[in-house]
Amino acid sequence: MLAGFLQYLFAGLTSGAIYALAGLGFAIIYNASHVINFAQGEFIMIGGMAAATLAAAGMPLPLAAVAAVVVTMLVGMALEKLAIEPARDAGVVAIIIVTIGASIFLRGVAQLLWDKGFHSLPAFSGERPLAVLGATLMPQSLWVLGVSVAMIALIWWFFNRTVYGKAMLATSYNSVAAVLVGINAKRVLLVSFALSAMLGAVGGIVVTPITFTNTDAGIMLGLKGFAAAVLGGLGSGLGAVVGGLLVGIAEAFAAGYLSSAYKDAIAFVIILFVLMFLPTGLFGKKGVDRA
Amino acid sequence: MVGKFVSLAATAAVGMMLSASAAGAADTIKVGSFLSATGPASFLGDPEKKTLEMYVARLNKDGGVLGKKIELVVYDDGGAPDKAATFAKRLVDNDGVDILLGGTTTGTTMAAIKVIEQAQVPFISLAGGVDIVEPVKKWVFKTPHTDRMAAEKVFADMKKRGLTKVALISEDAGFGKSGHEQSLKMAPAYGIEILADETYSPKDPDVTAQLTRIKNTAGVQAVFNFGFGQGPSIVTRNYRQIGLALPLYQSHGVASKEYVRLAGEAANGVRLPAAGLVIPDQLAATDPQKPVVTAFKKEYEAAFKVEVSTFPGHAYDALQIALAAINRAGSLDKAKIRDEIERTSGYVGTAGLVSMSPTDHMGLSPAAFHMVEIDKGEWKLID
Repeated sequence: MLAGFLQYLFAGLTSGAIYALAGLGFAIIYNASHVINFAQGEFIMIGGMAAATLAAAGMPLPLAAVAAVVVTMLVGMALEKLAIEPARDAGVVAIIIVTIGASIFLRGVAQLLWDKGFHSLPAFSGERPLAVLGATLMPQSLWVLGVSVAMIALIWWFFNRTVYGKAMLATSYNSVAAVLVGINAKRVLLVSFALSAMLGAVGGIVVTPITFTNTDAGIMLGLKGFAAAVLGGLGSGLGAVVGGLLVGIAEAFAAGYLSSAYKDAIAFVIILFVLMFLPTGLFGKKGVDRA
Repeated sequence: MVGKFVSLAATAAVGMMLSASAAGAADTIKVGSFLSATGPASFLGDPEKKTLEMYVARLNKDGGVLGKKIELVVYDDGGAPDKAATFAKRLVDNDGVDILLGGTTTGTTMAAIKVIEQAQVPFISLAGGVDIVEPVKKWVFKTPHTDRMAAEKVFADMKKRGLTKVALISEDAGFGKSGHEQSLKMAPAYGIEILADETYSPKDPDVTAQLTRIKNTAGVQAVFNFGFGQGPSIVTRNYRQIGLALPLYQSHGVASKEYVRLAGEAANGVRLPAAGLVIPDQLAATDPQKPVVTAFKKEYEAAFKVEVSTFPGHAYDALQIALAAINRAGSLDKAKIRDEIERTSGYVGTAGLVSMSPTDHMGLSPAAFHMVEIDKGEWKLID
């Protein structure tokens, strides 16, 4: 009985940590510009695919991971320079639509560059499951959870303790006033895309040993991550992680105790109810609306 | 106003001339194809497209069929059924093709069937679903094995090993869903009792919750996973993770080295039905399929530098059956070609021996499948 409960919990934590890590990337760009970047899933895909390709070519895993993160950050910055910046005056909704176009474009380029098969990475600390009171957990799940926590700490530090982060928040609250006190609004947006791409790439690399990756992987991870971010409150790093874990655990318990046929429905019902009563999500800031 | 009419009339005239010249150009055999070369089914559609292109180019170099060159027109439907229907219509109406090959997935095939039946053009599908040829449709044929045959082969093997109480875990979309239905339908005929019936979504990162339910179901003797893509690899890994020791069966959907590579050591001991193409070296020397699959594997791997899977084989078989029928018909009369496809008998293809009839537009017998077990990352022929 307990073993079953624990196994469902571990299953939920594994999926939930993956959704959480995917959701974290939405926070930075949203905080900087109120734009929801629908190309975030593609950052995850590029990070995972680049790391898998480099590792398969014989590069040591840590080096491949760093190189993949750098590549993804360059893609993020190029995206901002070439697609977002020219549309900067077009309004938030228009830019969101630009990011949707960008995601389709990036996926297309990835399909040309890479093959259409699935790729994987070796698990960071082996494939031997950890046994806990009759249930089992893969060490890689702990990696995903640990990296999520490290990323929240990083986001918190960035926004509260660095000048760049504070400048970013200031731009988000009032871009005109921020420019008046000397903040370079263009630079802020560029940095926010670079950082989001970094978060996405890190997420993509850590989850690849569990879920595998292909050029279509960004669609599912982006969507689940977006759901996690909305549930937790857009712009909140902690919110994305709590939201992701909640969705993952709800799915696993629904599959374990009710029926696997209902598991997706249960997760969506929870999201629906939370947003009905807390429209800004669990940890969302209220009343931050750019007029 | 008058100017507009004149230009319209001119356009219409040019259009008629163009279509007239297309109809008059009977010095080529036009083979039309709509495939999912991109999108979620691209790892089937892409090799299919490459195979058609390679063999059409080769046949043309050798002089074509009936003394005519073959002209291949391929559209990429991206895996979207509505696009497949549109492209089928374009192939029939605008390109005026003599025969259609294609429909990478059951979804794209079914969407195009209505257009094709109306236009009365012979069509050979490359998709697995049994619904494509059951009930029999006059102009529609297919080359791959069906999900029903896979379920039958698996249940027959289970019965032979005395495993009669079985748990199913199936993907809840497309291929897995259809396979799940066929499994439920065929189980009683083999004396198989389904004790647990779990599902997962194609991109779920973890299925240990579903597998734990199976583990906690008393009396289960074997587990059968029907799915496609990365799902079965995750099922296999999670299966070993939670320490399930029961025999695990997969469907023919994972009969590629990619599955073995992704699932890693967890794949050892897994059984699945597969076509002879996967194990050409292990086929008996007397097996009529042996030379065919050995040659195809060699040619494909030399041309594309990747390991062959069953999917390009389906395209190869379709092209061979179509051209043989055109050869026998001796003309490009669509009704005659259709009749000749239906008369295909004893064709040895990559999928097995094909003998069609007015009631069987696939023509494969369950013997076309071999049961293989994965042993140290390699296929091992069981029977």
